[in-house]
Amino acid sequence: MADSGNGKTPLLDELEKGPWPSFVTQIKSVAEKNPRARALLQLLERSYREKIGHWKHGGIVGVFGYGGGVIGRYSDLPEEYPDVAHFHTLRVNQPSGWFYTSDSLRTLADLWEEHGSGLTNMHGSTGDIILLGTSTDELEPTFEALTNAGFDLGGSGSCVRTPSCCIGQARCEWACYDTLALTHDLTMAFQDELHRPFFPYKFKFKCAGCPNDCVASIARADMSIIGTWRDDIQVDKAAVKAYADDGMNIERDVCGNCPTKCIQWAGKEIDIDNENCVKCMHCINVMPKALSPGKDRGATILLGSKAPILEGAIISSVLIPFIKIEPPYTEIKELTEKIWDFWGEHGKNRERVGELMQRVGLGNFLEEIELEPIPEMIAHPRENPYIFFEEYFEEDEEEGE
Amino acid sequence: MAEAKERKTDIGPPHYEKLMPPIIKKNYGKWKYHERLKPGVLVHVAESGDKLFTVRAGSPRLVSVEYLRKYAELADKYCDGYLRFTSRNNVEFLLTDESKIDPLIKELKSEGFPVGGVGAAISNIVHTQGWVHCHSAATDASGIVKSVMDDLHEYFAGKEVPGKLRIALACCLNMCGAVHCSDIAILGIHRRPPRIDHSNLNKVCEIPNVIASCPTGAIRPATVDGQSSVEVEEDRCMFCANCYTVCPSMPLNDPLNDGLSIWVGGKVSNARSEPRFSKLAIPYIPNNPPRWPEVVEAVRNIVEVWVKHARKYERMGEFIDRIGWPRFFKLTGIEFSKEHIDDYKYAGLTYKRSAQLRHS
Ligand code: SF4
Ligand code: SF4
Ligand code: SF4
Ligand code: SF4
Repeated sequence: MADSGNGKTPLLDELEKGPWPSFVTQIKSVAEKNPRARALLQLLERSYREKIGHWKHGGIVGVFGYGGGVIGRYSDLPEEYPDVAHFHTLRVNQPSGWFYTSDSLRTLADLWEEHGSGLTNMHGSTGDIILLGTSTDELEPTFEALTNAGFDLGGSGSCVRTPSCCIGQARCEWACYDTLALTHDLTMAFQDELHRPFFPYKFKFKCAGCPNDCVASIARADMSIIGTWRDDIQVDKAAVKAYADDGMNIERDVCGNCPTKCIQWAGKEIDIDNENCVKCMHCINVMPKALSPGKDRGATILLGSKAPILEGAIISSVLIPFIKIEPPYTEIKELTEKIWDFWGEHGKNRERVGELMQRVGLGNFLEEIELEPIPEMIAHPRENPYIFFEEYFEEDEEEGE
Repeated sequence: MAEAKERKTDIGPPHYEKLMPPIIKKNYGKWKYHERLKPGVLVHVAESGDKLFTVRAGSPRLVSVEYLRKYAELADKYCDGYLRFTSRNNVEFLLTDESKIDPLIKELKSEGFPVGGVGAAISNIVHTQGWVHCHSAATDASGIVKSVMDDLHEYFAGKEVPGKLRIALACCLNMCGAVHCSDIAILGIHRRPPRIDHSNLNKVCEIPNVIASCPTGAIRPATVDGQSSVEVEEDRCMFCANCYTVCPSMPLNDPLNDGLSIWVGGKVSNARSEPRFSKLAIPYIPNNPPRWPEVVEAVRNIVEVWVKHARKYERMGEFIDRIGWPRFFKLTGIEFSKEHIDDYKYAGLTYKRSAQLRHS
C-alpha cells in the first residue's frame, strides 16, 4: 500500500466541515470495518490531490443469465489499492415511489455490509438503489441475497432501464393517473427487456402524475408519460374567496402567470376559459385548496428525451395528446412494442429513439408506428419550403380523367 | 446443478404496497390538498379527513449502511418504520402523529441532517458519481455538491426565495442527471482532445466503432509505429468523450484542463412556461478541490441575483426571459465571451433575430 501509506485524508477531511451532511462522513462510518470503503477513501483522497479520477471501464461483468444490472469498474492502480481493484456496482430495482419500511432498509444494509463496500446511493439518477463497489466473486452471492430478500437487479446497457415515477396517488392530490401502478406493471411486463439488453441503446420510462413532472420525465425518459386532464379545472369557489380574503393577489400571482391568459379574476370569482387552458398547473399549484385538475384524467405520452450524447440533448415531444391510463395498459404496451420494432430494425448502434425520430423525420416515424400526424405533435408547421412530396401526377393520368 | 434450479430471476422489485404506511393505503388516490406547515414539513389532507405529515431531510446521496440503519431507527421511533426517498435524494419520514414532528426534526438536526427543501426553496442537488466511481469524470460530484450546499443550506432550510430553484451537477457530458434542464447546472468538462494509447488501441477497441463514435467526424484511421490505430483532428474535437465511452484507449481525463462549466435557466415542469434547456453562463472554471471555492461563489452569485431581482414564482429561465440575457450578464458580472455563442447544429436559431433590445 505504497501511496495509501499513512491513511490520512486531509483534503477529504475538509469536506466533513459545514452544515450539509457529508459523504466523507458516510464513507468513514464504514471504513473502519470495511476494507473496500477504507481503500475507496484512500483512492479518493488521491484523486483530490491529483485532480483526476482513478477508475477505468473494463470487461463486462454480471450475474448469470442477466446482461445488465452490474456496472463493471476497476481501479487503474490495482497494486496500490487491491481492495478496490474491482469495484463493481449493482443497480437494484427500487420499489415504485421509493417507499421503504425500516426492515427493508435494514435488510439491504445487512446484505451490502456482508457482500460489498457498505456504501450505497439512495438513489441513482435513473432511480435504482445503487450498491457501490464489490468484487467479481461477490456478484453472484449478492444477487442471491437480494432475490431472497425480494429484490432484483435494475437495467444497464442497451436495454429497458429501470422505470421510475413520482409519488403519484400515494400522496399527491394532483396525480391524474396511478403512476406507481403503471411503473410497477411496466417493470414486471418488461423484465426480459430490462435484464437482457438487445436494443440499439437504452430506453427509459418515467411516469409523472401531472404536468409539474417531479421526475423530470420530459427531459430524461425516452417515453415520458405525464398525467393530465381534458375537462374543466375543478373550482371550489369558497376556497378561492378564502385565498383572496387571506390577501393573495390572484390577479397578479395567478392570472398574470397563466401562459394562455385563460384565467380571469373579476374581484369576486374566478373564470377559466378551459378550452384554452394548456394544463400547465400553475394556478392549481398556487391555490391547491381551491383548484384541482378536472375529473376526466389520463396522460400525455411524449417521446424521445435524452442528454446530449450523441447528437445533442432532446426534450420529449408529443406522441399522444391524451390517453386513458388503465390496467392492463394494453395500448401503451402495444405502442411501445411498435416503437421498439422500428428502432430495433433501423436504429444505429447507440442511437436513442429520439435521435432516430429526428433522423428519419417525425412524419416518417409516425407512419412506421402507425400513428396519424396531428397538429398537437408540433410547435408550429414547417417554415422551410423543401417538402419531400412522395408522389406527383403524370400528364397522362391527368388527361385520362 | 441443483443450485441453479433454485436460483430466482426476473422477480422484479418488491411491490410498493407492501412498503407503504396504512394511512397511504387507506387514502390512496383520495387526497384533497396539501400545505407546507413550515420548512421541510408538509401536511396532506385526505377526503376522509386523515392527515399525513411528511418531514423531509437532506441526504448526501452517498449513504452508508450505518446511516441506512439510522434512518430505519428514526422511522421506527417516529413513524412506525415508514419512510421514502425523493427524486432529489432527500429522505421523507411519513408521520401520522403531529406531535412527533418537532421531536423528529430535533433529532434529525442533532444527527446532522438538515430539514427543508419543500416548496419554494432550493432543494438537494441532483448529482452523479464523479471520482468516487466513474471513469469519465472531469471532476468530482459529491465534493462540489457538499461545498455548494454548505453555502446554500439556509435556502434549503427555509430562507425565502422567489420560487423553485433546482440545481443539478454532472461530472461529464454524459450528464447522468437532469443537468440539461435545470435552473442552475454545474457540468464537468474536458478541454483537451483524447490522448491515444496507440500500442493498445487496436487490441481493446474496434477501430470502425471508434471512428463512427465521433459526432464531428474528427477521428480517422492511422498507422502509428506500424500499429493500426486512429488519429484525431484536434480542431474538430469538442471534447465530448464519446470515443472514450466506446474505447478505453482514448482517455480525455486531464488534471490540467478538466474543470466545470455553469449553465442556467432550464426547467422540466410545465408550470407557466414550457420545459426548456439550460444555457451556458460560465464556460470554464478550473477544478479546485477539496472545496471548489470558485464554483461555490459562482453559484451563490447567480442565486443571489435571482433572489434579489426575480418576481414571485419566476424560475431562473423565466426571470431571464423578462430581463434579457444582456442584463443577466450585467447583473451577475459574468463576462460574455465567444464560447457563449453556439456553433453546433442549427446554431443560427440561437442568434438574436430581432431589433427588440433593451438599451439601458
Ligand atoms: S408530478 Fe404532479 S402528481 Fe406527481 S408528485 Fe409531482 S405534482 Fe404530484
Ligand atoms: S392550468 Fe395553467 S393554463 Fe390552465 S388556467 Fe391554470 S394557469 Fe392557465
Ligand atoms: S456524468 Fe459522466 S462522469 Fe459523471 S457519472 Fe455520468 S458518465 Fe460518469
Ligand atoms: S472527444 Fe468527441 S469530438 Fe473529440 S474525438 Fe472523441 S468523439 Fe470526437
